[in-house]
Amino acid sequence: METGSAKGSHRRDGSAPRGRRLRDFRGETLAESVVNENGSGDDATRRDFIHIAAGAAAVGAGAVIAWPLINQMNPAADTLALASIEFDTSKVQEGQQVVITWQGKPVFVRNRTAAEIARAKADDHANDLKEPQTDAERTKAGHEPTLVVIGSCTHLGCIPTFGTGDFGGWFCPCHGSHYDVAGRIRKGPAPKNLVVPDYEFTAGATIKIG
Amino acid sequence: MSEHESTYVPKTGVEKWLDSRLPIIRFGADYMSLPTPKNLNYWWTFGGILALCLVTQIITGIVLAMHYTPNTAMAFASVERIMRDVNGGWLIRYVHANGASMFFIAVYVHMLRGLYYGSYKAPREMIWILGCVIFFLMIATAFLGYVLPWGQMSYWGAEVITNLIGAIPVVGEPVLIWLRGGPAIDNATLNRFFSLHYLLPFVIFGVVVLHLWALHTSGQNNPVGILIPKERAAKDMVPFHPYFTVKDGFAVILFLILFSLFVFFMPNALGHADNYIPANPLQTPAHIVPEWYMLPFYAILRAIPDKFGGVMAMFGAIGVLFILPWLDTSKVRSMRYRPTMRTFFIIFVVVCLGLGWCGGQLPDAPVIGSFKTFNLVDGDLNSFLWLTRFLTAYYFAFFLIIMPLVGLKETPLPVPLSISEPVLTGSDAMTAAAPAQAEKKG
Repeated sequence: METGSAKGSHRRDGSAPRGRRLRDFRGETLAESVVNENGSGDDATRRDFIHIAAGAAAVGAGAVIAWPLINQMNPAADTLALASIEFDTSKVQEGQQVVITWQGKPVFVRNRTAAEIARAKADDHANDLKEPQTDAERTKAGHEPTLVVIGSCTHLGCIPTFGTGDFGGWFCPCHGSHYDVAGRIRKGPAPKNLVVPDYEFTAGATIKIG
Repeated sequence: MSEHESTYVPKTGVEKWLDSRLPIIRFGADYMSLPTPKNLNYWWTFGGILALCLVTQIITGIVLAMHYTPNTAMAFASVERIMRDVNGGWLIRYVHANGASMFFIAVYVHMLRGLYYGSYKAPREMIWILGCVIFFLMIATAFLGYVLPWGQMSYWGAEVITNLIGAIPVVGEPVLIWLRGGPAIDNATLNRFFSLHYLLPFVIFGVVVLHLWALHTSGQNNPVGILIPKERAAKDMVPFHPYFTVKDGFAVILFLILFSLFVFFMPNALGHADNYIPANPLQTPAHIVPEWYMLPFYAILRAIPDKFGGVMAMFGAIGVLFILPWLDTSKVRSMRYRPTMRTFFIIFVVVCLGLGWCGGQLPDAPVIGSFKTFNLVDGDLNSFLWLTRFLTAYYFAFFLIIMPLVGLKETPLPVPLSISEPVLTGSDAMTAAAPAQAEKKG
């Protein structure tokens, strides 16, 4: 064992104490080390700090390097540029459904008959609605016949077909989800109604989706 | 390998020179002379068969990548070009496509063998867990590879499976878009799937090395399931080569005959005809089914009426395998000496096959005849929906209820003290050895 003053001089110039291993310091009580250090802290604490600081810097550097590698997988600028489209709904005749592509997904634009609208409104407060919405909430005021929904089943993304199923609307052949004439989920594994995309009537019967 | 003394003696000057610098020949020689229990039966040959499958997939895959174009406009045509114009391309592709199925046949046999003979139990938990990791990576790799031809099943399979991630609350949607690289499955998705499909087999290779390292550390299990005491090693063990290289080699030949039957006589029997239709994002095939080896998990997914619940059950069906070593409370490894558990095991195998059958059917279709019985909650009792639910219940009960309870309640048959004993006395049931006593010897 060296003397206290010798240890102190090593520490003050920042070099490692010669002839003395780290474990030799571990036996000291906090009080002893404070006495040895003349109140300037001890080696173990200083090394802990260096370890933690170096470790934190390494984690931070790792995160900075990882982020661009992760972020490159997010949609690229040209993909995002295809955000909105326009469509003239007057081309859709009563009782007809047109499928258009928006952001790589099918969108159903349906011109509903009066009977379909009446059926949709009658079911506005049915008990089996998983995600209760009225027909009015799913269409634009003054354009009741036009229903615009993303044609992708909210279960696992298959395209439902119209005219089959128990509720007169769509039926998804993949896992058996039934949607009604307003595109609301009524039966089956899908958790949500067919999604109504953000759209607005711009001029007359023309809609802008996205 | 710790208990295995090296017997390699370098002979030539070159070997001596190399041995003192990079003892790679010693490594190989020690590997081939590993003491192996002499009673390993043919169920144990599937490890070697799987190694062959992995190498086959990597080699044929590298060749296919030389001709394939990962672009939505060209992928389908490039696969057809491989089939028609590339010299021997049809052979390489059929070997790769059927090789995936062969890989899964072998891995399922390998896993059921481990399950039956208790190969997952202490001290072999790490071997089993690494095996589960390999199995999970295999499923991921197979799924990614199935997307590449960009046929209808490729596209819609990718659509359905990536949508599973969207079921995760809150973060699901952003993660889904991140994974696909856009709002829908598109060129960005195909490109990254190709990149990852090329990468993952090498990751699998790495985990296989760890799997073997763990195997050589704890030693192989055997049909009797007892740990071989050190003093009996000379009598109960034989070197891996030539005894098991020959046995594995014979099994490999039989397996290659089966493989060839598929490749040369029915190369599309295990695939789906719809995947020869180019991908169409605006039309879902009437009946989406995954490849046969994923049908049991697909059935479990559909059995649960809730979307997130279904996804959890499907991943849980694989996840439960990871904790299997701690669910089994029995002290006896091999089910040869556990008649009660053996019955439950046979039912389990039938249930897994049944789940596979259900996964390929429409959920609402009737199982027997075409009649309706009565409506139970959300479907007719005589439907694949309910059959799948019963089978799913057994699948989970087998691991979570039967395994822990039977291990505590059953009375196993007497376990022999050594692997030679049943052979020498001509009977498995030894009178002298009490149940599980042999275990303590290890």
